[in-house]
Amino acid sequence: MISDITLGQYFPAKSVLHRADPRLKICLTIFLIVLIFVAQNFFALGLVAAGVVAVMLLSRIPLKLYFKSLKAILVLVVFTAVLNIFYGSGEPLVQFGIFRITLNGILNSIFVTVRIVILILATSILTFTTSPTQLTDAIERLLKPLTKLHVPVHEFAMMMTIALRFVPTLLEETDKIMSAQKARGADMESGGLMQRIKALIPVLIPLFVSAFRRAYDLATAMESRCYHGGEGRTKMKVLRFTQGDWVILGVCAVFFAAFLALNIAFPAVTHM
Amino acid sequence: MNILETKDLCYQYGVGTPFQKTAVENVSLAIRQGEFLGVIGHTGSGKSTLIQMLNGLIRPTSGQVLLNGKDIWAEPKKIRQVRFQVGMVFQYPEYQLFEETVLKDIMFGPKNMGLSEEEARERALRAAHFTGLKQDLLEKSPFELSGGEKRRAAIAGVIAMDPEVLILDEPTAGLDPRGRDVLLAQITQYHRERNNTVLLVSHSMEDIGRTADRLLVMNGGHKAMLEETKTVFSRGPELEQMGLRVPQITKIMQELKAMGCPVDPATLTVDDALKQLIPFLKRKEEAQ
Repeated sequence: MISDITLGQYFPAKSVLHRADPRLKICLTIFLIVLIFVAQNFFALGLVAAGVVAVMLLSRIPLKLYFKSLKAILVLVVFTAVLNIFYGSGEPLVQFGIFRITLNGILNSIFVTVRIVILILATSILTFTTSPTQLTDAIERLLKPLTKLHVPVHEFAMMMTIALRFVPTLLEETDKIMSAQKARGADMESGGLMQRIKALIPVLIPLFVSAFRRAYDLATAMESRCYHGGEGRTKMKVLRFTQGDWVILGVCAVFFAAFLALNIAFPAVTHM
Repeated sequence: MNILETKDLCYQYGVGTPFQKTAVENVSLAIRQGEFLGVIGHTGSGKSTLIQMLNGLIRPTSGQVLLNGKDIWAEPKKIRQVRFQVGMVFQYPEYQLFEETVLKDIMFGPKNMGLSEEEARERALRAAHFTGLKQDLLEKSPFELSGGEKRRAAIAGVIAMDPEVLILDEPTAGLDPRGRDVLLAQITQYHRERNNTVLLVSHSMEDIGRTADRLLVMNGGHKAMLEETKTVFSRGPELEQMGLRVPQITKIMQELKAMGCPVDPATLTVDDALKQLIPFLKRKEEAQ
């Protein structure tokens, strides 16, 4: 039951995207998000959407997974879409009471919906094709300039890595402890809110105890291998910008030029 | 009489996902009231899943578990009752301790059964006695105890519910040799005095050979054998194919037999072996 929760979304597969440098992927994703918000008309947004769909197909990840991640924010999408319909300007097409629907409102609503959907898809591509370790590694590398400002970038990255590493372990542990307490007749499925909270104590206390024990063990293990923080530490897997990455960058530059042209050439969908 | 029975029991993990896996397949068996049943099998043979289905912690994907002839999932709301009757001690049970004092922790199970404070206390004291926990430890915090004492406290927590069937999953894992011997002796003692049914899962063929009346051998999710301990251990080559083996002393006796010595090849304990070997050696000495 608990193990059904998927945290890291990484889906291992062999694709151009999986091989690409995670730093490049992060930067391009951020850039893409900016484009989504800069897009003023349907042509420019359509181009971005087409690009995202093309990349989705390239990622060799079952499209079902993408729909799953969209399902999670379905309520938000529907809510914004409905809200936008009623906030258009211009001549009303239909009017009842204070509610009026205009052509502009409908267009706006579609525009915003497409925007949110692409936004989610684009970020899903990043998390689906990049393992959590690669992600933290890339973030560490990208934030490295901040060390000059005495920000402990490496330490933060290490904390993130450790946290991610222990999520499945602790979930498994929770499952085990819950089973053990259930075997002693602990009732976790019935009763009011207070009773349910109380029923968690026999699970939480052993869980904390074991989490601390693991933390101490890990600290000892790291120290006995002479870990002393980020200074002078080398990487086993050094991130390298490959030729493939340059090609990706080139394609994106062409894509960006086309986007700019479309965005300037056509009139904007007016907002209120 | 059979206390526990399973009929075509199956369990599959992750049904409908790409990670679907069959852990237990078509297991039908009968456990007799009052027997000491050993359960052996290679890692991943499905024995953990099987025993968790026996007390209703895991619901089978198909098939039935019958406790005293009744399907335990006939009324899913009463599954807790089943867990009181089929007690389960997990591997490394010391990690389930949580109360302020050892005594209160042992009383957790009995109190969940709805027993009064005094009754729960009485049961807890009895269970502590069975597992050899000293009186002065009972008022301490469970986190102050040593590893072996914690293990005893946790086992007492299940025994205190006075289950008709007691399932122990590797109760001696991680204990020192003496701790193992003492704990095993206490479990057999408990079994004899209460005359209840005990299931012992273990990777130690020596422990199993010493204690179990019958043996259940699991392999690849299937029931491979369910027979008298001696019969199972006389099928050494088959066991080895499943990644298991016979107790060391049995192996020695089997090879002695093959060399022509008049010994019982199904000897399971060192003591039994000594009883045969000493007279044999004496006779040999006298003959020379």
